[in-house]
Amino acid sequence: MKDYISFLIYDLLKILAILVPVLIAVSMIVWVDRRVWGAVQLRKGPNVVGPFGLLQTIADALKYIFKEIIIPVRANKVIFILAPVVTMSLALVAWAVIPFSEKLVLADINVGVLYIFAVSSLGVYGIIMAGWSSNSKYPFLGALRSAAQMVSYEVSIGFVIINVLLCAGSLNLVTIVNAQKHVWYAIPLLPMFVVYFISALAETNRPPFDLPEAEAELVAGYQTEYSGMMYALFWLGEYANILLLCGLGSVLFLGGWLPPFDVYPLNAVPAPIWLILKILFLFFLFAMVKAIVPRYRYDQLMRLGWKVFLPFSLFWVILTSAFLYFFNLLPNTL
Amino acid sequence: MVHALIFYVFSAIAILSAIMVISSKNTVHSVFFLILAFISVASLFIMIGAEFIGMILLIVYVGAVAVLFLFVVMMLEGNFKNVKHGFLQYLPFGAFIGAVVLFEIVIIIGAWKYKPNLIRVSSIPYNVSTTNTQSLGKLIYTDYILAFQLSGLILLVAMIGAILLTFNKRSDLKRQDIATQSSRERNDSIYLTDPESGKGVKVND
Repeated sequence: MKDYISFLIYDLLKILAILVPVLIAVSMIVWVDRRVWGAVQLRKGPNVVGPFGLLQTIADALKYIFKEIIIPVRANKVIFILAPVVTMSLALVAWAVIPFSEKLVLADINVGVLYIFAVSSLGVYGIIMAGWSSNSKYPFLGALRSAAQMVSYEVSIGFVIINVLLCAGSLNLVTIVNAQKHVWYAIPLLPMFVVYFISALAETNRPPFDLPEAEAELVAGYQTEYSGMMYALFWLGEYANILLLCGLGSVLFLGGWLPPFDVYPLNAVPAPIWLILKILFLFFLFAMVKAIVPRYRYDQLMRLGWKVFLPFSLFWVILTSAFLYFFNLLPNTL
Repeated sequence: MVHALIFYVFSAIAILSAIMVISSKNTVHSVFFLILAFISVASLFIMIGAEFIGMILLIVYVGAVAVLFLFVVMMLEGNFKNVKHGFLQYLPFGAFIGAVVLFEIVIIIGAWKYKPNLIRVSSIPYNVSTTNTQSLGKLIYTDYILAFQLSGLILLVAMIGAILLTFNKRSDLKRQDIATQSSRERNDSIYLTDPESGKGVKVND
């Protein structure tokens, strides 16, 4: 029993050591997002609060905390309150398996990829719950759109992940990164990396796929009835999710914590720094896409998911497995 | 001891939420309790070391099937109001099904307990050196390839059937054809004329 308690405390400390940096990173990338967006539009972006406006997000969060939380009378209270909590906590629990270096991983489990995939497929519930429990038409329509969109793009993300798994021969994220010592999978699987990136945009409801909250048609989509801290939880949860998909993308395709070349000045840099740089690079691309691409129409979005990405990634699964089989490159043949 | 405690917590949640699925008044709540039951069962799978099946349960049932359940229930919510109406009428049939299931469980558990020879325990030993994803893959793609592919085929047929049943091509809709749209050129859509004053041009389209 005593063992368990010390174990528990030790693990709690480790969890905090991941959660606190992730939360700080979330508040920082909100700032990065707005600055990049501003720069593209020749504006300054937030630059007043703190040095370079770095503390803008914290100021915003404080504002949200002190705002009144309004729960609509006809709303289903329990589910209404649960929805933002589900969104935020699901975005955070998935970080448990992301490896920051060979040793620096909270839960080095056999099915790490499946775990992240499962958690991100649960993410749709936060949105459906919010949309349904608000008992109002715009949130409901937004939630339906979002659920259909996330379920569709999960399919192509699944096939993209299968491509990586075929090359790495394991569902463990540390093994996948170690398998990229010679070449990052972004190079041989470049088309799949592009499909992953675009699907990740759709999965996180980022522009150009932000139809669930298309403000011209749906006010704010599923978030319409939310206010104060509950709205902030959705907002931060969304960014935590974006960060997570950037992290997964860098682990699967950009070699995780590995330096680009295994030569002296590069491999002396601590491993987590490389991962953070890669996540930042991917997030920069996310922010650029938001700034320069116009929003898709809903039927175009569905067409892209089901008629373009799904057959294409399925074809690549066959191509990759055939290539690996005929050139005898399959990892750990049993 | 802690292991047992966690097991009882998860199984209690699973059973309680399963009861709530059938007893809750609001159908949407029922689906949410069903999801909770799925998640607790997935946790139980992980606890016995079947992490692959646990994760697949989460991905397939919670991530996809239950979402469709929720869709249907949310859309049909009004129609479920008088679902209690024919309760007594269907009670004997429901009781019969319940009795059959109970009987089956009694037979199988009784046999397992008192006549161990009746049930042949699978001869594939749990191998610690390979992960259970690998052992499962080895099994279903070699020894049971036929059954596995056949079940996949049946699912495919069911899927195509469902799509065919609901598919109706409407001719009164304008659809976007991306290929013709992007292969359109300037010459196809624009031409310059020099109309005489007072006469105008005749547009032919």
